[in-house]
Amino acid sequence: MGELATEKHVQYILSVEKRKDDFISVAMEYLRMNGAYWGLTTLDLLGKLDAIDVDEVVSWIMKCQHESGGFGGNIGHDPHILYTLSAVQVLALFDKLNVLDVEKVTNYIAGLQNEDGSFSGDEWGEVDTRFSYIAICCLSILHHLNKINVEKAVSYIVSCKNLDGGFGCTPGGESHAGQIFCCVGALAITGSLHHIDKDLLGWWLCERQVKAGGLNGRPEKLPDVCYSWWVLSSLIMIDRVHWISKEKLVKFILDCQDTENGGISDRPDDAVDVYHTYFGVAGLSLLEYPGLKAIDPAYALPVDVVNKIFFGR
Amino acid sequence: MHGRPRKDPKPEDAAASVAKAEKLRSLQSQFLSNHHNKIYTNEALEVNTKLLEVNPEYYTAWNFRKLAVEHRLSQSDSDPDSIKSIFSEELKVVESALKQNFKSYGAWHHRKWVLSKGHSSIDHEMRLLDRYQKLDPRNFHAWNYRRFVAALMNRSEVDELRYTTDMINSNFSNYSAWHNRSILLSNLLQRKVQGFFPKELVLNEEYELVHQALFTDPDDQSGWFYYLWLLDQTVKADAPLLVSSWPARDSLIILEDQCLDDRALSPFNTFHSDSGTFPLIVYFNQAVEGVNSSTISVESVLNANSELNWKPLSTNNSQTAQVWVTYLNYPKVDVHSEAYPVEVSIGHSGGIISSSGFHYSHPSRFAFKVFARPVKTPIGHGGEIISWQDGNFALYETSPEEPNPTISLDQLNSKDDNEKTSSEWRAETIANEIALFQELLSEISCKIGKLTLARLLKAHDTLLSPCANKMVYSEEVIKLYSDLRVLDPPHSQFYKDEHSLTLLQQITSTRESLLRYCFLHGDGTSSFIGNSMCLRLNNLSLSRMGSIERLLWVQMLDLSHNELRSIEGLEAMQLLSCLNLSNNKLSGFTALGPLRLLKLLKVLDISCNQIGSHSIDTTRYLCSSPLCHTEEMDWGRDETVTADVNLANYWEAFVIFRGLSLTQLDIAGNAVADEKLKSFLVKIVPTLKWLDGGELH
Ligand SMILES: [Zn+2]
Repeated sequence: MGELATEKHVQYILSVEKRKDDFISVAMEYLRMNGAYWGLTTLDLLGKLDAIDVDEVVSWIMKCQHESGGFGGNIGHDPHILYTLSAVQVLALFDKLNVLDVEKVTNYIAGLQNEDGSFSGDEWGEVDTRFSYIAICCLSILHHLNKINVEKAVSYIVSCKNLDGGFGCTPGGESHAGQIFCCVGALAITGSLHHIDKDLLGWWLCERQVKAGGLNGRPEKLPDVCYSWWVLSSLIMIDRVHWISKEKLVKFILDCQDTENGGISDRPDDAVDVYHTYFGVAGLSLLEYPGLKAIDPAYALPVDVVNKIFFGR
Repeated sequence: MHGRPRKDPKPEDAAASVAKAEKLRSLQSQFLSNHHNKIYTNEALEVNTKLLEVNPEYYTAWNFRKLAVEHRLSQSDSDPDSIKSIFSEELKVVESALKQNFKSYGAWHHRKWVLSKGHSSIDHEMRLLDRYQKLDPRNFHAWNYRRFVAALMNRSEVDELRYTTDMINSNFSNYSAWHNRSILLSNLLQRKVQGFFPKELVLNEEYELVHQALFTDPDDQSGWFYYLWLLDQTVKADAPLLVSSWPARDSLIILEDQCLDDRALSPFNTFHSDSGTFPLIVYFNQAVEGVNSSTISVESVLNANSELNWKPLSTNNSQTAQVWVTYLNYPKVDVHSEAYPVEVSIGHSGGIISSSGFHYSHPSRFAFKVFARPVKTPIGHGGEIISWQDGNFALYETSPEEPNPTISLDQLNSKDDNEKTSSEWRAETIANEIALFQELLSEISCKIGKLTLARLLKAHDTLLSPCANKMVYSEEVIKLYSDLRVLDPPHSQFYKDEHSLTLLQQITSTRESLLRYCFLHGDGTSSFIGNSMCLRLNNLSLSRMGSIERLLWVQMLDLSHNELRSIEGLEAMQLLSCLNLSNNKLSGFTALGPLRLLKLLKVLDISCNQIGSHSIDTTRYLCSSPLCHTEEMDWGRDETVTADVNLANYWEAFVIFRGLSLTQLDIAGNAVADEKLKSFLVKIVPTLKWLDGGELH
């Protein structure tokens, strides 16, 4: 096991932005806003956010905003709650939330709440507890949680709780670590963690650690670096993270690094991407790996950024 | 990207990728231009179809298709055939997108959108799903879509249950099928659908089915969680129950108006407070809401004129809690005064409801008496320091006529046995299961076997003697958890926590075992703790606290030299005035959240923990704060106190300590405890007299 190749990862992230000609870069253009969040948060955790031209990023983000108040994944793409959260998170990283027309953004999000408390991702009506988390997280960061019916939002999430203690996309949906993060995060932010059976969910989550040390997202699936985030953050929010072996997980994540060209992949020796690089580094931060900034398990932003939003004056 | 091998691209591959990229880029820009100009011609749709074939994740392209459908419908002459063909075209596009990426959210949603318009054949969808689910039996998109289609066509849950049986029989290792089964079956059981009642018969069959999975491959997790759910269904009653209270049933509580040094009184039931009130605590087996003066009636002269205000003991300010407290007034203090009876009736009027919606259905009544004694000689007011050194404690010698601290803890469950057959079935089932798993373990040593056996043995003990306090199997359970720590090292802390809980159950199970941990503190002159009895659960390598329902009487508690990371549940110990948590593994102030509800707490030792040593706080969201919107940060009245500190760094200390009226605090031996923090604490806790052994002036 090596150490975290910080310098290589920084170079990798900066290079991804510049690479525009290969097929994958073009195919991923539609979610550039997510990419910006993954890459920039990673840089911040690594202590290298100052390598970025803030004004350039901020003005690009604002070009992705729509009349409706929501943000698209790139300039000219339709607005969606997925990219709206990323936009808000990146602005928070740079302490630039003041460039937003907060009323407009929060109206867009609040407008996506349905009668039963659930949230649609956009005007086309796909419902998913991921969108509940995003709406709640985003409104909380912008101090406008009162624009939605929180009680109904919480009871919808609770209606997606399964008999194994986890949560699915919609009522009846199978538990999945990514979905569990969203539901636990939304319940954490709304002070509703008492709806969770922490021991039951904690056992399900800690059993995601496979012999090799990595975490999978569902029983009998392969381990994957991105679950380091989904599973770990959930375990932390319910105070059960000591139920897994941190050492083994650190080793698994470090083994997934491309130590030559930078970046982290889903499993050892697979192709790297920004998404897994972010989840690997964020996972290491949750594991208290030395030299990394601490990340908040619910808001998925560095702790200092979150503390500033809620305790600054 | 998932599952793509890492390799340097060969020059020719790189060139091919650039060419492919060029093609995709041109499709994407043609598409965006059509989209922005609202062009829905056949050519525009063709570009879109090609784009989605290559890149089904391109969400804006799915939106475009929906707009195009709406546009074309508005143009068409409402001829059913042409409408039908518009929608069947969409289904084709989805199918080819799913071929490219079976997990495309956009494609699945588009299909749902089309189907919900009601112009397509549902039967076709079922056949398609059968094919898809054979190819990828764990695809949760397909399962979600299946539930959607089944609901749309009103397919019976019994039929869907049969489908999960088939899936499971063809391969046990299908967690998705087990999951869907648990959803369907719990619905069927709850509605008592024909063939699914009585529950016992159905569960027997389920045990059979899951045994096959567990015993075929004990390492395959697919059946683990289903089994645990079955066990839960077997053991747990749905309706909430009262498990304990303070004052306890039939007890005589001696209230002291002032401090009293009188060894003749039993420390187990004397209580002292300056406030003129004493708590009445009710402890349920699960969180409930709706506890108030109409759902619990308290008859006594002590509160004749006032309506009682019940408070949930919840660390996040929710209105649901397992433990509730109210305060009763002291009776008149007089040497000749009598003992006043108090009668508590619970659940006679309904309204106490569990979080899962079940009503408290065992109306019960218990009574106790209180007696107030005046002081003989008024002595000190808590001037002196409390020392936790071993030399200050002497094992408590009880006299035979003394009340049993544990006696009342269990007799509360007025368990009416109307469901005799059901409870016999429970006992029989658990006994059978125990035998089966013992047999399995005699053949192979496997972790799920040991863990399940431990759970079954615990279930046996709670089932057979919920009131008798017998722990038949605790030694065996403890042994199993020790084995598991060796067998499965990555999860050793999970087993250790379970081990601690079992140990505490064992300790608190009988009067004899509990008395071994009861000590008298000091020389009897310690004046401001209500009595000098201390429960010492120190040095037991406890990693977790439990059995608190049996410890409600405790006023002085020593938990030092353990491995506690959290004190979850301690908020129920409303009588607690002195608490020693030194030399544990508490890693943040937020872990002390439960203390905020202990209004009588005066002496606290948290020295030698890990507060301030960790960058990640595992109780950050379990503690009420502005981060989780359960309270506002009101620095206001402390403006002068907080003026010169960085609040983002001190909010945890502020949130925890501001509301406490501690007189003595030990905090040394934590990374966080520098001079600056200490002076901050002195300012926000004005009652503080002793800090780290030094007297404050
Ligand atoms: Zn992944």
